[in-house]
Amino acid sequence: MSEAVIELKNLKKYFTISKGFSTKKIYVKAIDDVTLNINKGEIIGLVGESGSGKTTLARVLLNLTKSTGGNVVFNGVNLSKATRNEMKKLRTEVAVVFQDPASNLNPRDTVMNSIMRPLILHGMPKKIAKQNAVDSLELVKMDVRYLNSYPHQLSGGQLQRIAIARALVLNPKVMILDEPTSALDISVQAQILNLLLDLQESFGLTYLVITHDLNVIKYISDKVAVMYLGKIVEFGPTEEVINNPKHPYTEGLMAASPIMDPHDRDKEKYIMQGDPGSLINLPSGCHFHPRCPYVSEHCKDEAPQIIVLPDGHQVDCHKYAAVKSL
Amino acid sequence: MSEELLALNKLSVDYKVKGGYLSAVNNVSFTINKGEIFAIVGESGCGKSTIAHSILRLLPEHNEIIKGNIFFNGEDLNEYSEKQLERIRGREIGMIFQNPLDSLNPVYTTGFQVAEGMMLDNISREDAWNRVIQIYNDVKMPDAEKRAKSFPHELSGGMRQRVMIAMMIARTPQLLIADEPTTALDVTIEAQILNIIKTLRDEFNTAVMLITHNFGLVAEVADKVAVMYAGEVVEQGTVFDIFDNPKHPYTKLLMKALPRRTKSEGRLQTIDGSVPRLTEIRNGCRFENRCPYVMEICKSKDPDRRIVTESHSFCCHLEGEVRNNE
Ligand SMILES: Nc1ncnc2c1ncn2[C@@H]1O[C@H](COP(=O)(O)OP(=O)(O)OP(=O)(O)O)[C@@H](O)[C@H]1O
Ligand SMILES: Nc1ncnc2c1ncn2[C@@H]1O[C@H](COP(=O)(O)OP(=O)(O)O)[C@@H](O)[C@H]1O
Ligand code: SF4
Ligand code: SF4
Ligand SMILES: [Mg+2]
Ligand SMILES: [Mg+2]
Repeated sequence: MSEAVIELKNLKKYFTISKGFSTKKIYVKAIDDVTLNINKGEIIGLVGESGSGKTTLARVLLNLTKSTGGNVVFNGVNLSKATRNEMKKLRTEVAVVFQDPASNLNPRDTVMNSIMRPLILHGMPKKIAKQNAVDSLELVKMDVRYLNSYPHQLSGGQLQRIAIARALVLNPKVMILDEPTSALDISVQAQILNLLLDLQESFGLTYLVITHDLNVIKYISDKVAVMYLGKIVEFGPTEEVINNPKHPYTEGLMAASPIMDPHDRDKEKYIMQGDPGSLINLPSGCHFHPRCPYVSEHCKDEAPQIIVLPDGHQVDCHKYAAVKSL
Repeated sequence: MSEELLALNKLSVDYKVKGGYLSAVNNVSFTINKGEIFAIVGESGCGKSTIAHSILRLLPEHNEIIKGNIFFNGEDLNEYSEKQLERIRGREIGMIFQNPLDSLNPVYTTGFQVAEGMMLDNISREDAWNRVIQIYNDVKMPDAEKRAKSFPHELSGGMRQRVMIAMMIARTPQLLIADEPTTALDVTIEAQILNIIKTLRDEFNTAVMLITHNFGLVAEVADKVAVMYAGEVVEQGTVFDIFDNPKHPYTKLLMKALPRRTKSEGRLQTIDGSVPRLTEIRNGCRFENRCPYVMEICKSKDPDRRIVTESHSFCCHLEGEVRNNE
């Protein structure tokens, strides 16, 4: 049996906002009943359109924001019941790299200080922290000369390397990467993706990689979770989800993903209609029903339940069996 | 026979910057025929937008020096007065940008802004409005009538881009310059917008200059491609020339840096080093510091254009076939 590092059980995160001038509060269900297991050593890709709740999921996982309901279990420890010490340990075991390379680093800190800060906060003597900073810069294949540079003196790719170095310095077991390459050019993206794979192989890390780029997901991840308006609508092995999608949304998303070979361009292409929709105005029943080519009356009335197939592939649709690749 | 619409002849654009000049575009020549989708592809800062803006003389700072010719239907736009150019903008050459909000007027309804262009072409108010609704339906704007009466901030990014395209369709320009038209959009919306651009070409024989850093879009819709590096077109050809038979070392490496495989099929190619500073350009090939095939001559002499076929050419000193470094 593979061992779960992270278990999400019926996780919910609702934000309240007030609409217009009325004092009535409405809920934004950014994460709505998400159940997902991430096993040790796996690379999980999390895809979904803008505003679907990907970053919020990462933030709840990291305990940067409190969940509204459900549980996050990390290495068997339930976050909502964790002791101080358990929380402290957790902080060293899960690291994060945010989307915008610049936002990961303080503009007034040198690279050295940025990388050392988490170590010093954990009480490591400065001298040892320095050595660790040097080591982790080498791990991301950057010259130690950069230790005294400031963020504005570095390129996007270099900043992203340093953010990764900083995340690595506490020897994490899990890394959460929110759009790690979206701001980067193709040649730099390739460097960062390869670096992530090398590190994962050397240290047996577990990654949750958030991206909207399906080609990146195909390249890097073992499993894919597809998010739509606060729900994980499909989760399974990458190859399965890409070649044999079971949820109508996944099917449309895969078809929309740009081809990488002009010889494929004449294939009949299914173009999903409609907009990604908004969490503020959620459709009744299945959230996807206004865009779904398979919709029936039943879908408008009742939300589907997650079905877990024997191979562990999970799908959230009334009619999953009817979907086949177009 | 294909009919020439736009021809750049040795176009160079230098920006005056503190302490000297920045060579943003150097010696660029290519031809776009009527009804052709011509992609300009390259990494950030390589000069794509500068080319687009210099065609319509939209460079913002007026700190630039433009050399060479921009022939549109045989006439050199560089020789046009501001007044003559004003007649071309919007009517014969339309442009859409990455962020449509910057180009829409926040205080007028979107429908009015689309109609306005037609009224400039002496179409009556009522006819123009009816035509707006028809075009909104053509670009698959949901709730066309309602959206025509909406203000730009009330629409999603995808809907705003539809408004921009509707404005273009309204005046059926001969050339549409689309600068990263889908970069800010979700993939499913990107696929919809690309489809509309293709339809525009198919129905009105509009030529499209598609500027992008996304090779997926190129593979999807382009007929011809110019690959830019550090201000220069290093290779151009049909989309099949570029994807199947790249000749320039940079194009070759880029093709292998694209995430088009899974990690089990091997790591992506990376390109070490970085783009030279465009303020410090010396003689010689601009790719020289990163090229695996670099020779002495590359450091001092600009490479000439080599012709592969009538449609395919590249700029490099290498004689004959470049070895593949699989
Ligand atoms: N602090 C907050 N208060 C209220 N609403 C919030 C808050 N943070 C996020 N949201 C809302 O939650 C939803 C999910 O946001 P989130 O940032 O998780 O999306 P995402 O999937 O990461 O999108 P993107 O791809 O654009 O980064 C959005 O509707 C967002 O507006
Ligand atoms: N107004 C300007 N003044 C000075 N330099 C500029 C200006 N606009 C662009 N540049 C520089 O010119 C080069 C090409 O920029 P641009 O055409 O915007 O590239 P791309 O669209 O390919 O990303 C870059 O080095 C950029 O920093
Ligand atoms: S439940 Fe119904 S509307 Fe929702 S995805 Fe499945 S078929 Fe479509
Ligand atoms: S001219 Fe020389 S340095 Fe430039 S791409 Fe060709 S071989 Fe490489
Ligand atoms: Mg996000
Ligand atoms: Mg640009």
